[in-house]
Amino acid sequence: MVDARALPRRRFDARLMLAGGWLLVVLLAAIFAPLVAPHDPLAQDLMLERLPPFWLPGSEPGYWLGTDSLGRDLLSRLIFGARIALIVAFVAALAACIVGSTLGLVAGYFGGWPDRIISRIVDIWMAFPPVLFAILLVAVFGTGLMSVIIAIAVIDWTRFCRVIRAEAMSQARMDYVENARIAGFGRLRIMVSEVLPNVLPSIVALLSLEMGIAVIVEAILSFVNLSISSDAPTWGGIIAEGRLSIHQAWWVLVFPLIALFLTVLSFSQFGEGLKSRFDPVLR
Amino acid sequence: MILQRFLIRLITMAITLLGVSVVVFVIIRVAPGDPIAMMLPPGATDADIARLRALYGLDRSIVEQYFIWLSGVVQGNFGTSISLRQDVMSLVLSRLPATLELSIFALLIALIIGGPLAIVGAREQGTAVEAGIDVANGAALSIPDFLWGLALILLFGVLWPVFHISGRVSPRMDLPFVTQFYLFESIFRLRFDLTRDLIGHMFMPALALALPLAAIISQLLKISLKEVMTLDYVTLARVKGFSETKVILREALKNAALPTLTLIGVQFTFLIGGTVIIERLFSYEGLGNMAIDAVINRDLPLIQGIVLVFALIFVLINLAVDMMYALLNPRLRHG
Amino acid sequence: MSACLDISNLSATLPSGQRVLRSVSLTVQPGEVRALVGESGAGKSMIGKAVLGVLPPSVRIVEGAIRLEGTDLGALSAKERRRLIGAKAALIPQDPLTALNPSRRVGPQMTDRLVHILGWAADKADRRVRQLLDEVHIREPDRVMKAYPHELSGGMRQRVLIAAAFASEPRLIVADEPTTALDVTVQKQILRLIAQLQQEHGTAILFVTHDLGVVAKVSQKVTVLYAGKVVEEADTPALFANPQHAYTRALMAATPKYTDPQASLKPVDESVLAGLAAEIAVADHDWRPHG
Ligand SMILES: Nc1ncnc2c1ncn2[C@@H]1O[C@H](COP(=O)(O)OP(=O)(O)O)[C@@H](O)[C@H]1O
Ligand SMILES: [Mg+2]
Repeated sequence: MVDARALPRRRFDARLMLAGGWLLVVLLAAIFAPLVAPHDPLAQDLMLERLPPFWLPGSEPGYWLGTDSLGRDLLSRLIFGARIALIVAFVAALAACIVGSTLGLVAGYFGGWPDRIISRIVDIWMAFPPVLFAILLVAVFGTGLMSVIIAIAVIDWTRFCRVIRAEAMSQARMDYVENARIAGFGRLRIMVSEVLPNVLPSIVALLSLEMGIAVIVEAILSFVNLSISSDAPTWGGIIAEGRLSIHQAWWVLVFPLIALFLTVLSFSQFGEGLKSRFDPVLR
Repeated sequence: MILQRFLIRLITMAITLLGVSVVVFVIIRVAPGDPIAMMLPPGATDADIARLRALYGLDRSIVEQYFIWLSGVVQGNFGTSISLRQDVMSLVLSRLPATLELSIFALLIALIIGGPLAIVGAREQGTAVEAGIDVANGAALSIPDFLWGLALILLFGVLWPVFHISGRVSPRMDLPFVTQFYLFESIFRLRFDLTRDLIGHMFMPALALALPLAAIISQLLKISLKEVMTLDYVTLARVKGFSETKVILREALKNAALPTLTLIGVQFTFLIGGTVIIERLFSYEGLGNMAIDAVINRDLPLIQGIVLVFALIFVLINLAVDMMYALLNPRLRHG
Repeated sequence: MSACLDISNLSATLPSGQRVLRSVSLTVQPGEVRALVGESGAGKSMIGKAVLGVLPPSVRIVEGAIRLEGTDLGALSAKERRRLIGAKAALIPQDPLTALNPSRRVGPQMTDRLVHILGWAADKADRRVRQLLDEVHIREPDRVMKAYPHELSGGMRQRVLIAAAFASEPRLIVADEPTTALDVTVQKQILRLIAQLQQEHGTAILFVTHDLGVVAKVSQKVTVLYAGKVVEEADTPALFANPQHAYTRALMAATPKYTDPQASLKPVDESVLAGLAAEIAVADHDWRPHG
């Protein structure tokens, strides 16, 4: 038992470092995109179409990861794509988190009719295929960054709500909550000062996970050409283009795919790592 | 007791479906842009537009439209598709079998991968084998089906092209089918050449859908198995002389599967939700692919119909899982 | 004639290196009941599990041997060991509520060893189990065998488990506190039942208990265990007439009336425990596993 607990702790730290490291790289690339991108991500040059990445014959110096079918530099498009991915990830995930966690806390801690109403709404939401729901919402709101963010928040708040509701429910039955009641504190105050801190590790983990999901949803929306304007550099847009020219220029699909893989994996591992750090029970 | 449970579930189910229909109706009606104007050539007169609006019932108030639509739905009439000018019901029915076959095939793959991994993991507790399974599960879980689909397209479509990565069946095949359940029917008619072709098309999208679910099954079932394996009746079975594999299969598996089952039900609805984008990715002619076209074309009646059918499938799966749980649990069965 | 069970010099450790069994030796002769007594946590169940080959994976045997009718269990492969134990030994578990699989009917759970391990024909196994159910005074064997465990009371389930243990005519039964989880009123009946079946079938039993009252009732020999270490062993009457070790005396003093299983245990005298702890610390310090 004793050393069994010591082992995973060290592993958690390693994965926290790796995941955090990659996310930091993406973040810096996004912030300093105009400085680090070697080319204009929108500049087309039909003389340079479908250049392969640097290690292959036929590549041009300066076009490290090659170009797409319109001769746009892939690396620059990926770097500028990181901007959109991260903005969507942070804003949409945070919005979903605030709405979902609040409703989840209320439903779980208060129970009764607030719980019944909120749970019924969650049930209705769960009966939608999420991707179709997102596509529908963006189609309705019109394409654009704001629509994408709203769509993701509107769909994914239930993810927070379900988990936090269950946790708040079990917290509400704990003795210390009862003690606070006996001490004369109001319900709202207990919810914020006693229950919330105990569900916070879960919220943090979910938030990080949700950021990864938001990146994917944005990619999916760009993939069906419903995200931002169609030639803006988004990872999903590059993937859609890569899917079409897969037999002529595989790299246009491979590199954004790798970026997505690493980013999504990092967000989820980062969340897990943070949770086990902050979880008072595990600590 | 089971009957009572069933009735309560039926009522909540109806409420959920009603809620879905209201939400989708409201969302669609607040959409800017006139679908009628889109379907007519630019020279259409106002009178033409008004006539078509009346035809599709778009000239009435939202509430009126909703109840007209709802009363149609209750009678099985989902209206007429604006972009395809066909009955929505028959359009949905023509595509639904493809999606159901894909989903069930994916579920089978997930069970075939996830179940044995869980059993091996539980058997090899605390060894490197279990650790390896955990790592694989973790990765498969955090990567969504969309990315798996893309990776599979690269691997088996380009690098080592052994599977089809587009469509449901090879176009040159002539199809003797009378239903849309091609896979089932090809097996039923013993046309295994067609079965092979269909599976060759279905395998990649199904695998993409199955991998995250396989990881969940493997993880949940393993945890549940390990828990059950500390119980006295499992120890007793070991003392009786049964081998560890026998002990897991005979004594632990059924009791461990029960709690896993309910969770798999929800996960299966997620899998079906994933068909929407996976069908798009693999150009598979199912309901999800049609749904995306419907959204892009602002085909309101078709969107409503498809969303409602998905919702119906989801609540039916949850109902089925709930009933199965009640039936398999001896405590509830005789309680 | 070799002993039915012969444990010699058995030590087992946890992953931390801490010993849970400290050079334990004990024997059970054919047809004899040996009580293994000690406070909760002393390692009694650990010995029972070691004998039956079901130690938790974290516990490792580091020295010593267990012989079942002369066969050294440690010399067998895992598979052979399972088979041998399945054929020669049985367990009457502590908690009848968790010792039956909730999703299987009782009948097959009683016959499966006979059919699948011992290779009996199904109808022979069925007759055998019915006979045993009769011996444990279950009057409706059909109903019980068709029932699911949750449809039977705790006492009923323990009878079923006792019948199942004796059904395969094992040479040795490990009974791990078989009455602790039961109602006081049922405890006496179950004890009497085990004693009766033991005599009729001549089965050797390693009877694990924390209760000196039970020891006096069922056993011919006693081993007293403290912190995984044998502190005294004797014939049962001799032990009660003339306890040798201070810990045994303290244990007796702590049991108000050891013939009364309903009386609650008082804590054992602390000075005795302190002495024992010192003794064990010295032993652990000098101890090196050999082999
Ligand atoms: N699965 C296990 N892993 C590690 N240590 C255990 C385990 N089970 C029991 N122990 C420890 O081994 C010692 C002996 O336990 P046990 O044999 O169950 O005692 P008893 O049956 O005499 O009450 C105790 O100190 C207990 O904490
Ligand atoms: Mg014990």
